Order: sequence, then C-alpha cells, then structure tokens
Amino acid sequence: MAPREIVVRVNGEEYRGSAEPRVTLVDFLRDELGLTGTHVGCEHGVCGACTILMDGRTVRSCLMLAVQAEGHELRTVEGLAPADGPLHPIQEAFSEKHGLQCGFCTPGFLMTVEELLRDDPDPSEETIRSRLSGNICRCTGYQNIVEAVRYAAELTREAAP
Amino acid sequence: MSETPWVGRSLRRREDERLLRGRGTYVGDVDLPGQLHAVFVRSPFAHAAIGGIDADAALALPGVVAVLTAADVPAGPLPPFLWDTPPEKLVSALRPHLRPCHPPLLADRPLYAGQAVAVVVAESRYVAEDAAELVVIDYDPLPPVATLERALAPDALVVHEGWDDNVAVRFVVAKGDVEGALADAAVVVRERFSTQRQAGIPMETRGAVATWDATGDGLTLWSATQNSHPLRRALSRVSGVPQERIRVIAPDVGGGFGIKGVLYPEDLLVGLLAMRLGRPVKWIEDRLEHMLSAVHAREQVHEIEVGLDAEGRIVAMRDHVLVDTGAYNPLGLVIPYNTIAHLMGPYRVPSFEATAEGVITTKTPTAPYRGAGRPEAVFAVERSLDLAARRLGIDPVELRLRNLVRPEEMAYDVGILYRDGEPLVLDGGDYPEVLRRAAELVGWDDVEIRERNGRLVGRGIGVYVEGTGIGPFEGAVVEVGDDGRVAVRTGACTQGQGHETVFAQVCADHLGVDAGAVDVVTGDTDGLEKGWGTVASRSAVVAGNAVAEAAGIVREQALHAAGELLEIAAADLTLTAGRVVPRDAPDRGVGLGEVARAAREQGSPLASTRYFEPGTVTWANGAHAAVVAVDPETGEVELLRYVVVHDCGREINPMIVDGQVHGGVAQGIGGALYEEILYDEEGQLLNGTLADYLVPTAEEVPVIELDRRETPSPLNALGLRGVGEGGAILPPAAIANAVEDALSGLGAVVRRTPLTPPYVRSLAVPDATHLRSSGEDEILRP
Repeated sequence: MAPREIVVRVNGEEYRGSAEPRVTLVDFLRDELGLTGTHVGCEHGVCGACTILMDGRTVRSCLMLAVQAEGHELRTVEGLAPADGPLHPIQEAFSEKHGLQCGFCTPGFLMTVEELLRDDPDPSEETIRSRLSGNICRCTGYQNIVEAVRYAAELTREAAP
Repeated sequence: MSETPWVGRSLRRREDERLLRGRGTYVGDVDLPGQLHAVFVRSPFAHAAIGGIDADAALALPGVVAVLTAADVPAGPLPPFLWDTPPEKLVSALRPHLRPCHPPLLADRPLYAGQAVAVVVAESRYVAEDAAELVVIDYDPLPPVATLERALAPDALVVHEGWDDNVAVRFVVAKGDVEGALADAAVVVRERFSTQRQAGIPMETRGAVATWDATGDGLTLWSATQNSHPLRRALSRVSGVPQERIRVIAPDVGGGFGIKGVLYPEDLLVGLLAMRLGRPVKWIEDRLEHMLSAVHAREQVHEIEVGLDAEGRIVAMRDHVLVDTGAYNPLGLVIPYNTIAHLMGPYRVPSFEATAEGVITTKTPTAPYRGAGRPEAVFAVERSLDLAARRLGIDPVELRLRNLVRPEEMAYDVGILYRDGEPLVLDGGDYPEVLRRAAELVGWDDVEIRERNGRLVGRGIGVYVEGTGIGPFEGAVVEVGDDGRVAVRTGACTQGQGHETVFAQVCADHLGVDAGAVDVVTGDTDGLEKGWGTVASRSAVVAGNAVAEAAGIVREQALHAAGELLEIAAADLTLTAGRVVPRDAPDRGVGLGEVARAAREQGSPLASTRYFEPGTVTWANGAHAAVVAVDPETGEVELLRYVVVHDCGREINPMIVDGQVHGGVAQGIGGALYEEILYDEEGQLLNGTLADYLVPTAEEVPVIELDRRETPSPLNALGLRGVGEGGAILPPAAIANAVEDALSGLGAVVRRTPLTPPYVRSLAVPDATHLRSSGEDEILRP
C-alpha cells in the first residue's frame, strides 16, 4: 500500500512523516521520526515497553498504527524533561531510588507513572502496584520502582504551588 | 586512597541520565545510512529434512536484495565461544563422555522448531517479513524427540548423525562410600524432583547491526551480546577477517541474564551479510522468535537420595541428574557440572556420588540462565532436607544448622573439583549466622501454620552457596587524559548491572580521583586486546580487580611523573581527588591532567592495561525465607513475606547490590510460581508470547526484606564475591518448602515447579493418587 502523509504533534512539536497504513505507531516514532526513546519489547501489547501518552492517556504504541495517530497529541519519554534542563521529577525519582537497571522498559514505566500521578497524586502502594502491572520489568523486581513512584509523588507535591 | 573510599557508597548511577531521557543507544537504535534489514525464516517443524528451497517469489518482491540458505553460507558447526572445552585438570579427573555439539549458521536439517533455515534481506523490515513468507520450503518432517523420556528410550531416534544415542555429556563425581553410608543411615529420603524449562526474557530481544568497510575500518558489529570479545573471535573464524580488523560493540543492552551470553548464528550471519552485500545490515529479533529461538534453561530431573543419621546429620548424598540440552549443547558440561558442584552446597556431606547426563531433544537449546544449574541443584537438596526434617521430627532450621559448614572450619575443602578444575574450597562466610538471621527476620518461631480466611499459611527456608568470579580472566585499561579525566575500558559488558558506576568507584579509590572524573566504557573491543564478558556472577570480581590493579599502577606512574615535574621525591607526594600534592605542602599541588600531559610529552603516558586471572572461584552465600498463603480450593499461592540474607563479600555499591538481589529474587519467584516453557509431543512450542508465558508483574512480587553480611573474599584484593545470580537461586526451593508446609496437614509432597494453581490444587486434594509416594520415596530405616 502506498505511504500516507501523517501529521502528529509529539512533545509539543509538529512532526510530518509518511508511512504505509500498516506501519505501527512505534515503528513510525522510532524509524520515521527518529524518536528512539520508546522501545519495542514484545509487539503484542503485553510488556508495556512502548507505552506513550496519546491525548494524555497511555497507549501501547506497538498496538496502534501510525495512521491512527494522525491529528493527535503524543507524548514520549523525550518530552518529559527539557532537553538541557533538569530531569523530570519522575526521572529524578527513578535514578535516586535505583528504579532502573538495563533501562529498556524504563520509558514505558515513566509514561505509565506520569499518567498515574496525574490521576492520583498520592497513590497507595496497592494502587501503584496495580497501575504498574501492565508494564514488565525483568531487572528490578519492581521494589525500587514502587519506591521511585512514591518518591516521585512526593517531589511532585512539593513542587506544586 | 582518598579519605572516604568510593567503594562502599550507594552512589547514583552514571548511566541513568541518558537512559531516563530516552537517549540510550540500544542495538535497535543503531541506524546506519543505507542499511538493509534481515529477517530469518525459521523451521515450523521440530525435526525435518529439507527437500528444496524456492526463493524466486521472495526475490521477485520489490525491495528484496537477497535470500540465503544453508548452501550459501559456510557449513559446519559454529566456532568455539566460551568454555566449550573443559579445563584439562577437570577432564583428566572426570574422563567425561562429551560430544561436541554446536548448531550450524543455517540448518539444512532443522532440529528444533524455530531454528533458522534461511535469511531474507530487504530494503525495509516490513518488506523482508513479507518476503520471508514467500520463501517456499519443501520440508520432509522427521520424528520429533520432544522429551527426556523419549530421548533416552532404548529405541529412541538418535537426533545427531553419527551418534549411537542422544547423550551429549555424561560424567560421575564421587567421594567417600555412598553405598555403605546410605545403608547405615537412620533415614534416607529418596525422591524424584524436576525443574521446568524456562526462558530468561530480557526485555530487549536479541539484535545486531553490521557494516563492512573493505579498505578502511573492516567489519564493525553492534550486538546485544554479553561477550563482545569472544563474539569478535568467532566472527573472525567464520568470516576469515583477522580480529584486528573487526570491532564488536555491545552498546546499551536491555538485559541478558545469560540468554545473550551464548554464540548465536544470527549475530555471525549479520556480519557475513554486510560483507557479502556491501551495505550495512540490521536484524532485530521479535519477541515471538525470541521465545522460539533464543536459548531456554532449567529443564532438569533429579533422582536424589539423601541419608541422615538419627540426629539429622547428613551422611551421604546420591543424585542422578538429567539435563535436557535441547537440540545442541554448545557449552559442553557447564550446566550439568554447575548443578553437581552445588549439590552439597554449604553442608558437610561425607559421602557423595552424582551422575549427570545432558540429553539431546528436538527442542530449543538450553544454556546458562541466571543461576545456571544452581537453582535446580538447590531445589532437589533443600526439598530433600525438608522431607528429612519432617521424618526426623527436627525443625528445618535446626536440621540445617546441624549440617552447615561453620566459620571456624573455613577454608573448607569439599573434596571434589570445581568447574575450573581447581579443588572446590568454600572460602569464608558465616553460614549458620546467615541462616539464623533469615529465620529471625521472618519470625520463624512465630510463624505457625494456621488458617487465614480459609487459606493455609506455611513457611519455608533454604540456604545456598554460589561459586562466583570464575576465570579465565578479564581485563581493564585505565588511562588519564590531558584534561584529567580518566578513561576505563573493560571487556566486562553491561546489561544493566551499573558497570559504568561501580568500576568508576573502584578506579577512583585506587587512582585517587573523584568517581565523577572516571568514564567507563564496557563491551567495545576497540582499545582492549582481550576480554571474556559478563556471565556467571563474575564481572565485579574479575573486571573489578583488573580495574583496581590498573588504576594502582597508573597512580604510581602519576606520582612518579609529578615528582619529576615538581622535583619532589614520589614518596613524598600523594594523589587525592585528582590532584598530586606534596604531603607537607598541600597548597603546592598539580592537577592530574597536567601530570598526564607532562608524562605523555616524556613518552610515558599515564596508562595501564591489566588482566586479572582468578586462581579459582570465590563463594557467596545466602538464606531465603518465604511465608505463603495457599488457597486449597483454587490452588493459588500468595507470597506474604520474602526474606533474604546474603553475603557477597565487600559491596562496591550496596544500592546496586540490592537491586541485583531484588531482580534475581523476582526471576526466582517467576520460576517458583508462574513460568514454564511448554512443548507438545510434536516439539511445538505452546506458549511463545508474553501473554502465555507468565513473568511476574509488580502485583506478584512482594517487598523483599533484605539483610546482609560482608565477609571479604580472601581470594582477591577487593574482597569481592559475585552477586549477579544469587537472588535467583533459592526462591523455587524456599517457596516450595513453604507451600508444602502450608499443606503439611494433607501429606503433600512438592516434587516440581512451577507451583501453578492446578498443580497446587492437586496437592491439596487428599485422595489424589499423586499425593502418595511411589512406595520407595521415603524409607525410614531402623
């Protein structure tokens, strides 16, 4: 099938690219737009490594086609912190609490946590574990990720006016 | 040394910043101009002959550049990689039966479902996948050999040509009089335990990118490997390109756990394709092919006998171990020997006999996965000891305490050889104290079996030792730039263990700079002649000590060079926080960068390369305790508590050590309760997705309550013992012991993992026949 022009906003910037209708959103982000921070872990919607935000809600970018994102507002890991600025509080918390090892699943976790903390600025451990259960991490055993989420919530609350 | 050592601090990781911002460079992120994309065509049959391959339709597809089959690539088995040949001392002591057994680059007679039989190269990944479906292969299916039982049957089909049976490796390790000791034992536990086939599941699949520059740089291969130098050597062997003209780079790697620590045909083929086609070639494995064709692990059966006297002291142990190697056995006797070498564990066992057999089946090959034969050994022994404790009416903690090697008995010669051919000598640690501490933390004496909301609560405990820091060597380059920054290079690749941080800490202390002034590069063959890689809980020990030695030498060089610069005797100078200063005039110092420049101009730059060769392994140890609630109606097991006490010697970065333990325990919990690779009788993989193969999520892994001891290793200057695998070794045993304890009123015996709801429910049904012992399972002797 012939490639189609696709216009999306990613991290506040407008991107134009072209892709066949069968191209997944994650392949489009990575290969066409060069945003390689979003990772492909399973390509069947289970591992959560490719999680991004579309119009503020998490989606699995491996289960969407690029053409479905046309006209939508996307947010990826590259958009969490300003390029030359300090880390986003969630990123800061993950580093401080050693919530990442190989880092491959991490972008997906960060985006999931971004959504979680917007929904619930002070989540219980049960809520955190439940909301993270769609993302697989094979390195950390999750303990430090859970701690990082709690710490990120603290940092975010402190930063709020 | 600086005043406050960097080693021992929970320093935040250097690698975090780029990984958190999405700026890591994994192999999938390597994007070369003009690159082509490779997709492998894999056998749908577990065993088949190939009558012919018709690639015309695939080649006719626009964008397809090449289709290669076995006939188009070098024939024969893959070259050696790691530990293919056991050490001479071990061979002469064991005289093992060992048949070499490596896969080819592409199979003309596939021996497992998922084995690569052809490769398609195209302008895009999407087109390459389309073309792979158009390759017409005339398969003639042959009988599969899908189980150990079928592989060992007297009339079994022999999988490999020229063999007379399916046994790839067989050997016996023995000491003492097992027969006599078992005959005199008060109780002999006789059981058959099995551990299931598992997958390591790094979140990043395998992948490689290669580019060939015939006149200039030669061959460059990026690979998600754990062993870049051995991969370079193998690539040189198959390509004919000398090693000096090959560069292998393991960039950021998204987890390995052993799965990326073996030699794969795909990595080599990507290199060969780049040379043949004159354009860069990229291959990124998808998850489905990862589940099919990356190595599996753990499939073992143990027929074990443990004899004890009336006081609960072990008098003898005998085990017959079967290892399902899958279709090939590239690592020779590594896995079976690891298992055998860890059976006696931390216990005094006067008489011992173990027979191991590695058996070929037509399934995906198995290879070391975090623990690498140890969880299987520990499961059989720790289960046996709980059964013995019950028979003898002795508390399981007390029974273990009566058998543990005591600190005053160290160094303790176990009386067999380790895998490196050296005597197996436990080299320190307080095993009883570690066990007592775990029991205390979990409240062993308070945890009583009781019902909780209809669920049965049980407790389980176990202990392990692990030989870590195995050779043959690892190297490190340390050099100081004119800007005063220190570059460290080592062959110990990283897949998330924080090498950039911990080796900077080691270097900082031994050189006399801030850890922040040290830049560590791992897994790049450029600038370091030899390397081995990150496997077998060895990098901190082996590479860490190489870094320390090289940094110490550079420190001496710097003091000498600064002495000439300042006209002060080197002995009167000290080097701290990146400045060389006179001991009696701290304000007269000179920066390390200036010293480096002066030294370089004098023709003797501040640089050293050291290779650390450990004499033998150094032993880590630990105890785990679990509390579970079992629902006898549904068979569901909930982990209520999980306690770890471990000793990996001196810890370079306790935060990172904790992370290693957490991750290992989580994988062990997966193996205990959820994960099992399933094949049908035709050798077809039944659960090749992450929706079917269940790895634990944040909801399944409890808080891991952790305590430590630090008994410095006497075998290396840093006092380190390895910690990469330890966490994964005990959970199956500790959790199985807890589940059996919960069901003890029902007479259940846990004989395998995973403890899935159907299996646990079958144990909880009182009249089920499989609850009963086979009659000889436990014999109480007068």
